[in-house]
Amino acid sequence: MNKNLTRYAAVGLALTLLGACGSDSKSSSDTQAATATEAGGTTAGGTTPSAGGTGGALKTGLTIAIIPKAINNAYFDAAFVGAQKACTELGATCEQVGPTEATGAAQTEFINTEIQKGVDAIVISAADADSVTPSLQQAKAAGITVVTYDADVNDTTARLAMIKPTTPDLIASSQDKWISDAIGPDGGEIAILSAAATAENQNAWIELMKKDLAANYPKLTLVDTVYGDDDAAKSADKAAALLQSHPNLKGIISPTTVGVAATAKYISGSEFKGKVQVTGLGLPSEMKAYLKDGTVKTVGLWDPGMLGYLGVYAAVNAASGNDLKAGFAGGDQTYTPDGDGVVIVGPPAEFTAANVDQFKF
Amino acid sequence: MKQLNRLQWDKFVPVLVMLTLLVGSFSNEKFLTTSNMTFLIQSIGEIMLIAFSMTFLIIAGEIDLSVSSTAALSSCTLGFVWQHTSNIPLAVLSALAVGFVCGAINGLLVTKLGLQSLAVTIGTLALYRGLCFALLGDNRLTPFPTSFTSLNFKGLFGTWVPYVVVPLVVFGVAFGVVLHATRLGRWVFAIGQSKDAARFVGISVQRTVLAMFITNGLMAGVAGVIYTIRFASARPDGAVGMELEVIAAALFAGVSIFGGVGTMWAVASSVAFLGSIRSLLRLKGANANELTIVTGSLLLVSVVIPAIGVRVSGRRHSRSPLRGALDPAPTGGADLGNRGTPDEPQVLARP
Repeated sequence: MNKNLTRYAAVGLALTLLGACGSDSKSSSDTQAATATEAGGTTAGGTTPSAGGTGGALKTGLTIAIIPKAINNAYFDAAFVGAQKACTELGATCEQVGPTEATGAAQTEFINTEIQKGVDAIVISAADADSVTPSLQQAKAAGITVVTYDADVNDTTARLAMIKPTTPDLIASSQDKWISDAIGPDGGEIAILSAAATAENQNAWIELMKKDLAANYPKLTLVDTVYGDDDAAKSADKAAALLQSHPNLKGIISPTTVGVAATAKYISGSEFKGKVQVTGLGLPSEMKAYLKDGTVKTVGLWDPGMLGYLGVYAAVNAASGNDLKAGFAGGDQTYTPDGDGVVIVGPPAEFTAANVDQFKF
Repeated sequence: MKQLNRLQWDKFVPVLVMLTLLVGSFSNEKFLTTSNMTFLIQSIGEIMLIAFSMTFLIIAGEIDLSVSSTAALSSCTLGFVWQHTSNIPLAVLSALAVGFVCGAINGLLVTKLGLQSLAVTIGTLALYRGLCFALLGDNRLTPFPTSFTSLNFKGLFGTWVPYVVVPLVVFGVAFGVVLHATRLGRWVFAIGQSKDAARFVGISVQRTVLAMFITNGLMAGVAGVIYTIRFASARPDGAVGMELEVIAAALFAGVSIFGGVGTMWAVASSVAFLGSIRSLLRLKGANANELTIVTGSLLLVSVVIPAIGVRVSGRRHSRSPLRGALDPAPTGGADLGNRGTPDEPQVLARP
C-alpha cells in the first residue's frame, strides 16, 4: 500500500503541475472565449463604417490568430507588433501562436488548434510551402479566413491573400533614388559593395539597379562592384579599398545589412565623412548612429511590422465579406492584390535621422 | 514486488488519459469535440504506431533511435517511386520495403556484429537521414493524387473517426497480444531481464532481437506512409525528432530503459495522454515554450517520483527489488540488457 500511495502522490503532483499551468493561461483563454462569443453574437450588428477605400463595412470583435514560422524570433515579433496595431484600429483580438521550431509539421498542430478554437481568421507565415496546406484547406472548409504573410504556400487556393514585403524592382529603384538624392543633382561616380559574389538576391537587385541607373540617372556612373561576403571586417576593408582606388567616388550603395553598417562605420570615422554618401539596405537599430551623425542620409529596408499590419487588414476585410480583389484599405492606403492574390506592401521603408527612432528592429 | 509496483503505474496511465479527457471537457468546451478528437488522433498516429514496436525493443533492453529517419526515408521513397511510376500501390510497397531494410540493417549490426543498439542506431539515424537528402536533394515532392492524400480528411464510414484508427487498433491489439499472451512475448521479457539467462533456457536471442528491429523498421515505414498522407508531401527533413517523442512516451508508460519491464496498454495510453495534454494546453492558450516545459516536467515527474518512492520503501525492506536499477550498478550502463536480477525471472516460470 505504501507504494500505491507514492504512485498517487506522483500523479497528484503531476496534476497540480498541470493545474497550475492551466490557471496561468485561464484568464487569457477566458477573455478569448468571451471575445469569440461576442464576435459570433455581433455578426449581424457590431460593425463600423469602412475606414475608406472600397468594400463594405468591417466587422469588429473578430478573433485573429497570427502564426509565425516560429516564435522567439525578433523578425516575427516585429511583424506581430504591426498586427496588434491593426487589431487595435479594427477592434479585433489577435494572438500570436506558433511552434518553437520552424517546421510545417509543428505549425500544423497550431493551425488545427486554432480551427478548434473557432477563430475568425488565421494570418500565417508558412514554415513550409506544402505541408501546412492540408491544414489550411481544413481551416478554409471550416469557414476561417486564411491570409499568408512573409512566406506563402504553393497551393494558392489554400489562402485568400499573401502579403509580400516588396519587389526586387522597388528594392533596386529605391536604392538608386536614395544615392541620387544624397549626392545631389551634379551626380558623379558611385560603387556597389555587395554581399557574396554568388548571393542570388543581391545579384538580381544589382542587375535591376544598373538598368534603372542607365534609364533614369544619366549623371551617376557606376564604376565598381565589390563583395564583402557579409562579413563586417571584410566589408570595411573593401569600402576602404574603394575609396583609395576611386578618388572621385561620390557614393557607395550596399544592398546588404552587414555591408551598409560596416561601410557607414568606416566612413563615419574617416576623412570621407560627408564627402562620400552611403546608402543601402540596413537595419534601423544598426544604422541609427550613422543616420544621427550625418554619415548616412537615408537607408531603407522592408518593415516586417507592415506585413502583420496588412495581414490583419486583409483578413478582417475578407472575414467581413469584402472581395479583396476589388482592393482593400490598410491604414491610409488602398491595396489591390494581383491575379495570384499577392499584395505588395510597397517600396522599402525609408529611415532617416528624423524617423529612425520609431522603428524597433 | 517489482511486478506489483510497475503494474500499479501501468494501470494508472489509462486512468490519466480518462482524467485528462474529463478535466479537459469541463475546462474547455472545444476540447472534447469530435473535430478536436479527429485532430488529436491524427497528431499522435505516427508516434503511437512506432511506440508499439519500440516497446518490444526497450523491454528487450535494446533501443532504436533511427526511427524518425527511417520514417522520413520511407516517405521520400514513396514520393520518389510515385514520381517515377505514378503507381501508388507500388510506391507504398516500396516505402514499407525501405522500412523493412532499414530495420534489418540495424538488427544485423546489433546481432551479428554484437554492437550496442544505441551506437548503431545513432549512426543509422544520421545515415538514413542523409539518404533522404541523397534521394530528393533539397526538394520536396507534393504532386500526390488527391484520392491518396484526401484519406487524411475522410473519416471512417463518414464519421469523425479518422482512418488512422484502423492501423492503430489493428497493430495495437496485435502487438499487445503478442507481448502479453504469447511465448514470443515472454521471450522478449526474458531477454530484457538477462540475455545470458534467456540463452541458457534455449531462447534464440539473436533471431528474436533481429525480428524486433525489422518489425520496428517496418512500423517506422508505416508511419512514414501515414506522415506523407497527412502532410500531402514527401520531404527529406520530415519527422525530425520523432524518435524522442516515441521513446519519451514509452518511458512515461513505465517501460524500463534497462529492459524487462513494460506493458503495451500503458504505452498506448501514454502516447494518448501526452497528446491530449498538449492539445488541451494549446486550446487553453499555452504557447509552444510552455508546452515544452510541461511535457518535460511530466516526464521527469513520471521517472523521479516512483524512483524516490521505491528508494524510501527500499529502506524498510531488507531487499529492494529495484535496487539494481537505482544504485549505480558495477557494470555501468554498458550492458543495457543485464538488470542484475537473474534470480527473479518470473517470466520464465512457464516455458
